[in-house]
Amino acid sequence: MKVGVCIKSTPDTDTRIKIQGAGEGIDPAGIKWIISPYDSFALEQGAQTREKLGGECVLFSVGGGDTQKNLRDGLAVGADRAVQIDDPALKGADSLVTARVLAAAIKAEGIEIVFTGRQAIDLDNVQVPAMVAELLDWPHVSMVSEFALEGDTWTAVRNVGGGAREKVTGKLPVLVTTDRGLNTPRFAKLPDIMKAKTKKVDVKTASALGLSADDISPAVQLSGFGTPAERSKGKFISGDVATQAKELVRLLREEAKVL
Amino acid sequence: MSGILVLAEHEGGKFKKTAYELLGKAKELAGSLGTSVAAVVLGDAPVAELGGFGASKVYHVAGDFSGYNTLKVVRGLQAAIDAAKPDVVLAPASYTGKDAIPRLVARLGTGQGSECTELRVDGGAVVGRRPVYAGKALVDVRISKKPAVFTVRPNSFNQPTPAGGSAEVVAVSAAFGASDDRVQLVQRMEAESTVADLTEAERIVSGGRSLKSAEQFDAVVRPLAAALGATPGASRAAVDAGYAHHNEQVGQTGKTVNPQLYIALGISGAIQHLAGSRTSKVIFAINKDAEAPIFEHATYGVVADLFEIAPLLTEEFKAALKN
Repeated sequence: MKVGVCIKSTPDTDTRIKIQGAGEGIDPAGIKWIISPYDSFALEQGAQTREKLGGECVLFSVGGGDTQKNLRDGLAVGADRAVQIDDPALKGADSLVTARVLAAAIKAEGIEIVFTGRQAIDLDNVQVPAMVAELLDWPHVSMVSEFALEGDTWTAVRNVGGGAREKVTGKLPVLVTTDRGLNTPRFAKLPDIMKAKTKKVDVKTASALGLSADDISPAVQLSGFGTPAERSKGKFISGDVATQAKELVRLLREEAKVL
Repeated sequence: MSGILVLAEHEGGKFKKTAYELLGKAKELAGSLGTSVAAVVLGDAPVAELGGFGASKVYHVAGDFSGYNTLKVVRGLQAAIDAAKPDVVLAPASYTGKDAIPRLVARLGTGQGSECTELRVDGGAVVGRRPVYAGKALVDVRISKKPAVFTVRPNSFNQPTPAGGSAEVVAVSAAFGASDDRVQLVQRMEAESTVADLTEAERIVSGGRSLKSAEQFDAVVRPLAAALGATPGASRAAVDAGYAHHNEQVGQTGKTVNPQLYIALGISGAIQHLAGSRTSKVIFAINKDAEAPIFEHATYGVVADLFEIAPLLTEEFKAALKN
């Protein structure tokens, strides 16, 4: 089985986002880049699938900067090798451009199943995975919290809101987006981290994957980055706990009018 | 037509709130652009009523959209767009919208702005504004190809009041094929709880690491939530410690919430938690530590031992809501 896992480097969740200049983007100074947390479940599922069925687990990621470091982190938790698409021509790429790049790389490797996080926690677009599946002409199944593969038939349980879930099934190939609860991502052990340093990372450009200038021309432009208005500071309620409880209920009812 | 096409979602024979919300906003945008509004409806629904909400045409796609329907939804929307040739498509960022719209956009070869909370007309085009980094920042989204596709976060716009008006219903047939049935629904498992999903809840009671155990979380947070008819939530620390279910996590790696009332019990207020709850109308925080960052964002704060005050609050809320 040739298993693919797509990951993205995103700012750590503890990052305080600062705006660059007059709103051109996010100030990268001091940001720690991590594997987007939902992608960790994809890495674990990819590793488990490859361990069970043999074959190969290949990581894919688009970007420069710490992308390669994060790919090495991924190689330390079970994947065999990685493909990094790092190309200055992709600066300003939108979701569809990124999806075209990933789909081309996945196709070139003859991958049969792809796992990736339900969303990246930076732009929260929730676009690239379904777009990759569409471009590959594969079905996709999103927000998966249980997954099983028997022969070429897969079964997944997906979260559909309000705690309701759907059990769905289909045949390979398929692209699966992973949600919390699917598995418990392993921690990399020191020997695995050392071994990951020797695993192969192919660095490619968009044109090497056969993409034209049109293919990598974005339709989406982002501008006017800003921070939301700060909440005004509220008030402390004093007194003993019984008084505080009574006063709070009164304020919620009479002042805030939310009861 | 070259106007704005709105995906009007429906369930159980009724249009969802988002359908009216989007039509109301589309009418306003179309007024500024000097263009018209149409709706697309997939499957059986009372299509005629949409005329009263500003749709001059309704593209009605016949078909069975029950079960796991993403691929069929994409096929149906594609047929409606072929017929309507809109400049702009608006759709709800619902579970179906999130699943189907990016596929549609890839098929059309255009661009998408996801989960917009504002839409405006600027320079003769629709521009979306949306939260990014779980709400730590906001950004404008412009799309240079047509149709420009925007999905909208539920509860972002007002519900319009119906006016007179009727819509021409255009029957559209979509070329469904075997490839649209590649994913089959085996079983739908309804939620065990009857409270709203965190993303839609009007009241939320969340607990943090200070609860110290799953037993205490169950004994303190859940009864308080139940007394308010609220949905229980949790911080990442509480979920990681196993006190609450991962579906209950509020924050950047959990759910982004937008309730009227958010009660935080023993939550210090990590940036990623605040990001997921900052748009709550009222935030009430209880913490032993008066310096906890959560108080910077709280409408009301109480410095107290949550194990002492929470049971009292539960009783106060029960009494208050009985009247």
